Amino acid sequence: MMESLNAYDYYAYENRPKIRWPNDARVAFWVAPNIEFYELNPPPNPSRKAWPQPNPAVPGYSLRDWGNRVGHKRQMDLLEKYGIRGSVSLSVALCDHHPEIIAACKERDWEFFSHGIYNTRYTYNMSEEQERAMIRDSIETIHRHTGQKCAGYLAPALSHSEHTLDLFAEVGSELFGDDAGFYTCDLFHDDQPTPVHVRSGKRFMSMPYSLEMNDTIVYAVNKVEPRHYLNMLKRHFDRLYEEGAESGTVMCIPTHNYQISSPHRIKAFEEALEYITGHSDVWVATGREIAEHYLANGYDDARDAIAHQNGGQR
Amino acid sequence: MSLPDDYLEYPWRQYGNDHNRYDWSMLTDRPQVRWPNGKRLAVWVNVSVEFYPLNQRGIPFKVPNGMTMPYPDLRHYSLRDYGNRVGIFRFLKAFERYNITPTYALNGQVAERYPSLMRRLADTGAELLAHGWNMDHLHYGGQDKTEETEQIKRTLDTLRKHSGQSIEGWLSPAKNQSDNTPDLLTAEGIRYCCDWVNDDMPYRFRTDHGDLMMMPLPTELEDQFIIGNNLHSEDSWVQQVKDAFDFLMEESATQGGRMLGLNIHPWMMGQPHRIGCLEEVLEYITGHEAVWQAGSGEILSAFQAQAGSGSEGPL
Repeated sequence: MMESLNAYDYYAYENRPKIRWPNDARVAFWVAPNIEFYELNPPPNPSRKAWPQPNPAVPGYSLRDWGNRVGHKRQMDLLEKYGIRGSVSLSVALCDHHPEIIAACKERDWEFFSHGIYNTRYTYNMSEEQERAMIRDSIETIHRHTGQKCAGYLAPALSHSEHTLDLFAEVGSELFGDDAGFYTCDLFHDDQPTPVHVRSGKRFMSMPYSLEMNDTIVYAVNKVEPRHYLNMLKRHFDRLYEEGAESGTVMCIPTHNYQISSPHRIKAFEEALEYITGHSDVWVATGREIAEHYLANGYDDARDAIAHQNGGQR
Repeated sequence: MSLPDDYLEYPWRQYGNDHNRYDWSMLTDRPQVRWPNGKRLAVWVNVSVEFYPLNQRGIPFKVPNGMTMPYPDLRHYSLRDYGNRVGIFRFLKAFERYNITPTYALNGQVAERYPSLMRRLADTGAELLAHGWNMDHLHYGGQDKTEETEQIKRTLDTLRKHSGQSIEGWLSPAKNQSDNTPDLLTAEGIRYCCDWVNDDMPYRFRTDHGDLMMMPLPTELEDQFIIGNNLHSEDSWVQQVKDAFDFLMEESATQGGRMLGLNIHPWMMGQPHRIGCLEEVLEYITGHEAVWQAGSGEILSAFQAQAGSGSEGPL
């Protein structure tokens, strides 16, 4: 086991080269709806239980199924109302289970990125070959069902191995060259994109996907009240908007249709979207659009600045 | 079923404590303390700058705020590391804006992993404290003494070498100690420690190598405790700090100088949605004319310089 994966270098959040977003926007804003499929009878993984109860875990399963049957459409309509195209963190088996959802997102020109096959199949204890096959399946499935070349990754249920990022970058290249597999949402170390080392040497980056603003972390882990979540989202935005005048920042709201769309919570979410999109210097984008812009315009400057900060050493 | 006979024997049943580390003394029975320039409340802001290793061993327990998921827990690793690369710089801006002189308690390994960060903090002129080797190298009852000695020496050697500061203060990871920790600290030239939360004012603690001063840094007022452990909102943290501040300020009007130790974490309060709450607290603290805002070493020196404060003899 390693003390650190050394996936990224130390990079102080002051005196960084300026990140410039299109139209000199201060904040690149994206919403990442997790559209997930949790199995009723998942096989066991020695490192992590899928459900707190023996299968069938009706309370947890049915809540998540509610998200797909009821919540998704509500969230999709809301995002559309505020001119936001979702960047879907997708349990790709959903393409087989619920193609109607995929078709509706595709029709709205949403992005799809890989969140594994099922959110009840963890990376833990997979061999490297198994993890590679799982990632390959996920990228191929997205392509088959949507025609998109998957750019981003968020490991299923945030379960990782030491090689997760390396494998995602490699499989993306094997299938689609530099058009796929170039950003990860698995690192929560920064409010700006940063370069990430992968063993192939590919130009690869981390995309801010704020866990602190993630509705499931907020509601299920930190037990925050919906109206306070709204305060948090506004404050998070305000600070990144302020700092974005110096150098472009990224704000992401990672959502789950079974959390954000419930009738007692959706109003708070709507007010946050109204507030954020009501500001002039916001670039409402998708994960891929932000990543492509950063790789073309900010990545090299950051690499140089990091080398300089760390005395020329990586 | 029964317990052995000695379960009903009480060898330390006596006046005062059940040990000899310090003397029993109630806060209100002590001579009143006077801070410089007639100030009433000394406020010490300490920033804990921490490294949480991905390969957490959890010996003898998993440190609060450490890894919780199966290896490799990139989620918690990177959330904590956020503090060292992003959150701390929001702190620095806020300290500059409100003219705060904080202290920084650094894990020894932070100096090794992030030398530029350590230099940046030392260059502000702030006092640095030692905060153990890293957040997975706990000091604990039953720990091998040779191992703990090496851990303390490595921490202090690293921080002293890289910072050029004498490093006189110590904060154990998770404020956990072994029976030997205080003795090992004074053997290595540590003057004061911030682990015991049993007083609101500094007090004298006996060790094998002379006395150690204990500085109050209440866990229950920490951001990570109120927000992370108790799941209160950041607004509630602000209210709780203000209430503590107001109460101690009021008490100081009749009972002599008081102090407030505030321990904060850049991975917690340095998040974009929380930094404004820290700024609100700093504004409140510095807005009061009877506040003396200073580092722990300076506050302790003022305390010890006073005849009658009790600091010259055991308390």
